Amino acid sequence: MPKNWIAPIHALALAAAAGLILAGCAASPTQEQSPAGVEERKPGEGGPETRGAKPGQVPTIDLTSKKQAASPLTDPNNILSKRSIYYDFDQYDVKDEYRPLVEAHAKYLRDHPDVKVLIQGNTDERGSREYNVGLGQRRSDGVKKMLLLLGVKESQIEAVSLGEEKPKDPGHDEQAWSQNRRCDILYPGEY
Amino acid sequence: MIEYNLAMSRRLSVRALALAALLLAFFGPAALAQLSIEVTGAGAQRIPIAIVPFAGEGALAPSISQIVRDDLDRCGLFRTLEVPPLTPPPTEASPVNYAEWRSRLADALVLGSVAARPDGRFEVRFKLFDTVKGEDLSGVAYTLQREQARTTAHHIADFVYEKLTGEKGVFSTKIAYVVKRPDRYELQISDADGANEQALLISHEPIISPAWSPDGRRIAYVSFQQKKPIVYVQDLQLGKQRVVANFKGSNSAPAWSPDGGTLAVALSRDGGSQLFLMSPDGSNVRRLTSSSGIDTEPTFSPDGQSIYFTSDRGGSPQIYRMPATGGEPQRVTFEGSYNVSPHVSPDGKRLAFIARHNGKYQVAVMDLATHQQQILTDSDKDESPSFAPNGRMILLATVIGGRGVLSAVSADGRIKQRLSIAAGDVREPAWGPFIQ
Repeated sequence: MPKNWIAPIHALALAAAAGLILAGCAASPTQEQSPAGVEERKPGEGGPETRGAKPGQVPTIDLTSKKQAASPLTDPNNILSKRSIYYDFDQYDVKDEYRPLVEAHAKYLRDHPDVKVLIQGNTDERGSREYNVGLGQRRSDGVKKMLLLLGVKESQIEAVSLGEEKPKDPGHDEQAWSQNRRCDILYPGEY
Repeated sequence: MIEYNLAMSRRLSVRALALAALLLAFFGPAALAQLSIEVTGAGAQRIPIAIVPFAGEGALAPSISQIVRDDLDRCGLFRTLEVPPLTPPPTEASPVNYAEWRSRLADALVLGSVAARPDGRFEVRFKLFDTVKGEDLSGVAYTLQREQARTTAHHIADFVYEKLTGEKGVFSTKIAYVVKRPDRYELQISDADGANEQALLISHEPIISPAWSPDGRRIAYVSFQQKKPIVYVQDLQLGKQRVVANFKGSNSAPAWSPDGGTLAVALSRDGGSQLFLMSPDGSNVRRLTSSSGIDTEPTFSPDGQSIYFTSDRGGSPQIYRMPATGGEPQRVTFEGSYNVSPHVSPDGKRLAFIARHNGKYQVAVMDLATHQQQILTDSDKDESPSFAPNGRMILLATVIGGRGVLSAVSADGRIKQRLSIAAGDVREPAWGPFIQ
């Protein structure tokens, strides 16, 4: 029979072993703790239209004309839905093209003083992981500083770093790296 | 447990591979998950040694003499010889014909025996002989439970190694590392030969910077499971994860003092990344460095007097040294514009680190007395160098063929091992201490 022929019993065993390996896991490792408490976001306004009822009549609710204002934070037509600031290699100052974005988030945070944001700084994959945690922190600290200068309260902002650990683009070229040198602004419910 | 060595699989036929898979289906999937270790470079002069199968060793699994042979072959300083079956099988008490062993080209010889005791335990005895000098170098007798066969074999390999090289062996030590799979990250520890893999943490978020406590009982590490870096300490026996540093901002780069009483960490809670000291339970936090740069990657010298760390306070990331109790840091690296990830050798005389030259990140070793340094590797994405506790090998993470693997390399660059996992990237290695 040909050199690379696998007898049916062996093929079955291979499949069984593969199944076991996929299902199997180490005996009693620590499972990650549940994430930090999540703050409730304010619900959007509006609801189904309700027509007034005459005495004796059941009120009608027309669900087809639901009007619900989207949160500006996730409205693609609103600059507030843009959350990412990108950087050149070895740079951590906020480039001019991102100032309007930061200013918009600063205004939102001034208008909603109970809302807290998490700013996560990221780097591309090159070099030491821990030094990259430091570089990512430099980036998120820069965004935080700008927000503070624009009147946002210190208690509304936490700046952290993910270093190179959570790349947006897993590639290994400048195209990918430029996507990963980045700060993201996260609102409650997103972290 | 069946051992499955991936390095061998390429030479096995597919039918044998399928048969191994069938056996794995009975003995559990853990075997395929383990680290496999290939020797890719050997020492300049390897001592030829004959490890004769121990009389009666069939009573124990795995084979004691096979584990000893594998340990000595893998370390790159020995070349174990094929021994033809001898009848009757010799024991450590058998008379030795040195001339006959020399004619087989053995410079050293190990004979031993395994005997079952009436109480269910076993006795393993061995002796080491120098066939060149015609000398009995003595040996040891062990009493053990059946499950301790592997541990006993590693002790025997350590004894042989120490008698013939003058250095302590590291065959009984452990290594920690992080495995990244498509859907999760795992913090693993295993024996130095890759066996007995044990997951300490499985998470959907990254894990970096594992650091062994000096007594080998705890591991500190950084986990991103709460969407920011937080330092945890985990007791290996109890398995519980304890938050040690979760201040506002980032918390990372844990390092233990040699007496196990202090952790150095990098915190951004006061702005930037600065070094702090704390007790291993997270209390008694005090600031160590004050710079406007990034200070990170602290590591203690073995005498506990100094802390080496990475800082870009001078404009580019370089390695500095400062007194562990505080004081003015002195710069240590002056070549090139990127020197990071320091780790001091156990004898305190050498510093391993990562140097970037021409865009390549490679392991360098500096003699701390002369400041002479040399590049040890020819790869280009090296990270996280750490010394074995006997100082002979440096364990590091690198990328080969697009996959994350670990590499161990000797100080002279000759002995090389590659440690890899079948279905994942391995990174962030840390060599565990000698266990008292």
